[in-house]
Amino acid sequence: MATKPIVPAAKPSGELEVPVSKWLPPVLVGWLIPGGGHFLLRKHARGGLLAFAVVVMFLCGIMMRGATFQAPFFEMINGQQRLDLLTKVINVGGFIGNVASGILYLMTAWFSYDQPDVAGHVHDYGTKFLVAAGLLNILALVDVFEIATRKKD
Amino acid sequence: MPKMSLTHFEASILFALLTSIVLGIVTKKTDKERLRYGLYCFGCFVFAMFALSWLMYLGHG
Repeated sequence: MATKPIVPAAKPSGELEVPVSKWLPPVLVGWLIPGGGHFLLRKHARGGLLAFAVVVMFLCGIMMRGATFQAPFFEMINGQQRLDLLTKVINVGGFIGNVASGILYLMTAWFSYDQPDVAGHVHDYGTKFLVAAGLLNILALVDVFEIATRKKD
Repeated sequence: MPKMSLTHFEASILFALLTSIVLGIVTKKTDKERLRYGLYCFGCFVFAMFALSWLMYLGHG
């Protein structure tokens, strides 16, 4: 009795595999230099506007003397009091937001920017601006990924 | 680095403006849609800002 050969099911046309080498470099450049991923993909206008928004947000945060989240925040305050879970989550989230700004955050670390977390609405806005700059850069990275994988023009 | 001292209103407007630019760019596909959505987001931010400000003012007694 003749049997039919087994043919693997075809992938849906909308889910084309894009190699990592296509999307990883623009995403990494976009993380390190806000807007850089868009420039690499020749989306100059969008890259310029995103770079403007992220850099201005970060610089305003620095000029308002916002605090950055650093490693000693994670476990103890002054080496004595243990932090509760909510504070740890806020600190880790803030640290991720800071690091997402790429070279901007790295430069603050290299130039030893170390603003203590003090009371006052201007400092508080500054801290939020520094984190928000990183979060905006994450949105830009998602956009770069979608452009690189041809899910978006 | 110069020091910057903004009021609540100025800082909120600045935040709304910069965030609206990014949201407009990354969420829509054509330039016209991006501009429209960016303006819409900015309007929503400003509306929420005034609404919450009045709510806090009236709630404070």
